[in-house]
Amino acid sequence: MSRLLVCPPDYFGIEYEINPWMRCSNAVKSDQAILQWHHLMRVLEQDVGAVLERMQPVPGLPDLVFTANAGVVVGGKVVPSRFRYAERQKEEAFFEDWFRTHGYEVLTLGEGLLFEGAGDLLGFPDGWFGGYRQRSDIRAFSILSDWFNREILPLELVDGRFYHLDTCFCPLSGGELLYYPAAFDRYGQAAIADRIASERRLPVPEAEAMKFACNAVCVGKHVALPAGCPHTEEFLETRGYQLHPIPLDEFMKSGGSAKCLTLALD
Amino acid sequence: MMQAQETVLIQGHIIDSLILAKVLDTILMMGGTFDFQDVQIGKTRGESSRARIIVRASSATSLGEILHAIQPHGASIESERDCRLTAAPTDGIFPDEFYATTHLSTQVRVYEQWVEVEGTEMDLGILVDPVNRTARTIPMGQVKQGDLIVTGRDGVRVIPLQRPRDRDVFSFMESQVSVERPHGRVIGDIAKRLVLLRTGFRKGTDGSKVLLAGGPAIVHAGGRDALTWLIDEEFIHILFCGNALPAHDMEVDLYGTSLGYGHAAGLVVPHGHEHHLRTINRIRAIGSIEAAVKSGVIKTGIMAACIRRGAHVVMAGTIRDDGPLPGVITDSIQAQTAMRAAIPGTGLAMLVASTLHAVATGNLLPARIPSVCVDINPAVPTKLADRGSFQAVGLVMDAASFLRDLARELGWKS
Repeated sequence: MSRLLVCPPDYFGIEYEINPWMRCSNAVKSDQAILQWHHLMRVLEQDVGAVLERMQPVPGLPDLVFTANAGVVVGGKVVPSRFRYAERQKEEAFFEDWFRTHGYEVLTLGEGLLFEGAGDLLGFPDGWFGGYRQRSDIRAFSILSDWFNREILPLELVDGRFYHLDTCFCPLSGGELLYYPAAFDRYGQAAIADRIASERRLPVPEAEAMKFACNAVCVGKHVALPAGCPHTEEFLETRGYQLHPIPLDEFMKSGGSAKCLTLALD
Repeated sequence: MMQAQETVLIQGHIIDSLILAKVLDTILMMGGTFDFQDVQIGKTRGESSRARIIVRASSATSLGEILHAIQPHGASIESERDCRLTAAPTDGIFPDEFYATTHLSTQVRVYEQWVEVEGTEMDLGILVDPVNRTARTIPMGQVKQGDLIVTGRDGVRVIPLQRPRDRDVFSFMESQVSVERPHGRVIGDIAKRLVLLRTGFRKGTDGSKVLLAGGPAIVHAGGRDALTWLIDEEFIHILFCGNALPAHDMEVDLYGTSLGYGHAAGLVVPHGHEHHLRTINRIRAIGSIEAAVKSGVIKTGIMAACIRRGAHVVMAGTIRDDGPLPGVITDSIQAQTAMRAAIPGTGLAMLVASTLHAVATGNLLPARIPSVCVDINPAVPTKLADRGSFQAVGLVMDAASFLRDLARELGWKS
């Protein structure tokens, strides 16, 4: 049974600009956003069979909805995020509070080490990947790797539009990978190719990468992904995944989609 | 020019992620160089790796740019400390745990700034003036009570010798000494260097002087004329020797013998063993070698050439020297000081047929100065080569043959 942390979009909106997608002038249609969010939640609960833990939304914290950035959960332990931008640093206390009240052991990274949670740390059971340079500090990964005794291969994110690893890199439960190669430099691409055989890799075309095809939620053989990514859908179908395309364009205004709206709680 | 360097540490899964490769490529692409200080590779996939890397660049600005570029990839500058300074407890005594120098260029960190240590020489201490941020090597015997001496190893870094760019014997021989080595190529390369250095010397270029430390075997074996010619032609500018080399050199001039043997015929001359004593006595009566040459008493040979050419001569005495000749320094500490003072500006050192002077001079020389040690006893060049300098060449051969071959290579007609 998969448990996911989510936060209703009651206060979601564009109140600042901290990534290339965000434009304060490009206002979020709140009603639409709420409908899209509930659509995703209904799919996750009813179709995918996930258990949802709902956080209390907080006025003035529009991005609290993106729970992928709360931290990273491994077993009963959590490493809460240390956000790069002051606008999101205010979320840290609320996420941390939620984890503590729900019985997680909180491991804290040292002062000044930036780490934006499951947004930048993803992987397969035998090895993880860490996105750095845009938001997280590469030094955080060597610490997390020691704490959890896992391999974490750092990947430099070289395209500002793909500012978190989960915007351009999506490991699937069957060992396949959706990714947008141009978001990585040649070292990162070589490291990915070395770990994941070419027949299990789907390089997502730019048009679909720009729709955040890689920001998909994979639970077992179910994949919830933003609507409008036919190439990605076709690849997933041939691999036996059950697809749940969902319109999430209101969240794309903020540079987020399905995966950003959830955090796997193990 | 002072080379800028910093030690960085990088850790994590840096191998398979190619992060280490990226960092190293970045350093090279930006014109820097690197050396691994230590590397630990994780034994399992879960275990991380770490590498300590010394990054070097031609200037502090260039180094700063490289560090700025590699820091986002996890290369963090190792926290450096200032060097520890302890006052000398009394004259002539270093504080406990004093830092003992090597023959490699060294820098010390004083108030967060790296300062070049002047006077590279092995087996000395480092005296620091923290107010003026200067540092220099100092022999044990010269330290004064209260002098601030570097102790421990914090804040001290040694700059490894760069492999020389010149493609000659000094860059290829790599400190191996062999009796079988063909001498011709080595002597030819030394001759080429001497020509370049003489050009520099005549223009007043720093680092163009050639030093020869030699023993009396040069005279006995028949290398006197060749060495005289080399000095006259301004290929050699500094002479380190003892009492015997000048005594026998001038004995040849006054009596035609060296240590009593007829110099030309090679036969024992009656009462010839007294000749060097009579030579020394004569020069003592005149007052100095210089006066003996200038007054025309000594007309030929090595010492005459040195006086004519104004070569810098340091004569260091040893136990049971006859005389000694005027000018021979009998206090070994004073002799050491005089030799040390003569070394700055040297671009090549030739240590010929004298274990004593070869070892003493070798220990005074920074590793960066190309040195050639010539002796018929392989132990002497081997000892010099063991100092670990790329630029130390050992030749197992007779002193006279070496000097003659060298002089002929440079145009001497014997």
